Amino acid sequence: MDWLTHPWPWYVAGPLIGSMVPMMLFIGNRSFGISSNLRHLCAITQPPTVDVKFFRYNWREHTWSLVFVIGTALGGYLAGVVFANPVPVELSQAAQSMLTSWGFTQPGLDLVPEELFHTSVHNFTFLFACGVLVGFGTRYAGGCTSGHAITGLSTLQLASLYAVLGIFGGGLAASWLLVPRMLQ
Amino acid sequence: MTRYLPYLLIGILFGFVLIKSEAASWYRIQEMFHFQSFHMYGILFSAIATGAISIQIIKRLGKRKALDGQAIDIPEKAPGTKSYVIGGLIFGLGWGLIGLCPGPMFALAGTGSLGAIVVLAGALHGTWLYGALKQHLPR
Repeated sequence: MDWLTHPWPWYVAGPLIGSMVPMMLFIGNRSFGISSNLRHLCAITQPPTVDVKFFRYNWREHTWSLVFVIGTALGGYLAGVVFANPVPVELSQAAQSMLTSWGFTQPGLDLVPEELFHTSVHNFTFLFACGVLVGFGTRYAGGCTSGHAITGLSTLQLASLYAVLGIFGGGLAASWLLVPRMLQ
Repeated sequence: MTRYLPYLLIGILFGFVLIKSEAASWYRIQEMFHFQSFHMYGILFSAIATGAISIQIIKRLGKRKALDGQAIDIPEKAPGTKSYVIGGLIFGLGWGLIGLCPGPMFALAGTGSLGAIVVLAGALHGTWLYGALKQHLPR
């Protein structure tokens, strides 16, 4: 049962993630995508006094999708806590030296760096602000990595190609220009 | 309730894979955007290939029904360019900074990471902000 506690290579993980597309179609003619759940959660919690039209729809029709992300969190719990990896992330040599030059003493020890994720007002302000970018951007683009890069590109949709180019451009800018400056 | 069970199960598989493949790792995302490893590209490309091949098979099989009796059809995204590119850029900036896109956000929150829950709270506020400003944004 070693495979349950060890990291999975890309050629196992990728096809499993890709198979979500046909599985969703077969189960109930659904389109695989995660970020629309953020909209459903807003629709559920929007108080009657605040009336943004974008969140006024019958979210109950999307219960299946909310159940899917509850599963995603449970899967995260199983993989990250119950069957946690005993070894650090096996980053490439190049990545390790870059991260060391950015000031990380033990790059890859956990999935995310303690320096950015541990509880502090400074960290949580930053994490919240980045979350706002992700939430705003995904809804504006109408999807995220799953809805556009995976579902959209595998169904050959031009709109998703535009979105993926935007996503990659934004990611490059953040990772090359902002992250190194922010860590100095 | 049982009709939602398949979604719960494949959701669990999805979350499990995101953690096991380290797609929910901030380090892996930096490594990807700096082209220092094939790992993340391998995941994305093989996922897209798997999706594309199975879609072609479904199309060739002709009219098939889903388990719940609905006809299978693949929805088209609305036409446009601006919203996809600008929205993608904003999302990409956030992704490059915190290394979490929506799927991994839920998976990492499931591991009990308080930081991931804060990111998720931010993402909900960002989504709400989009909904409130939608009319004023270029399409």
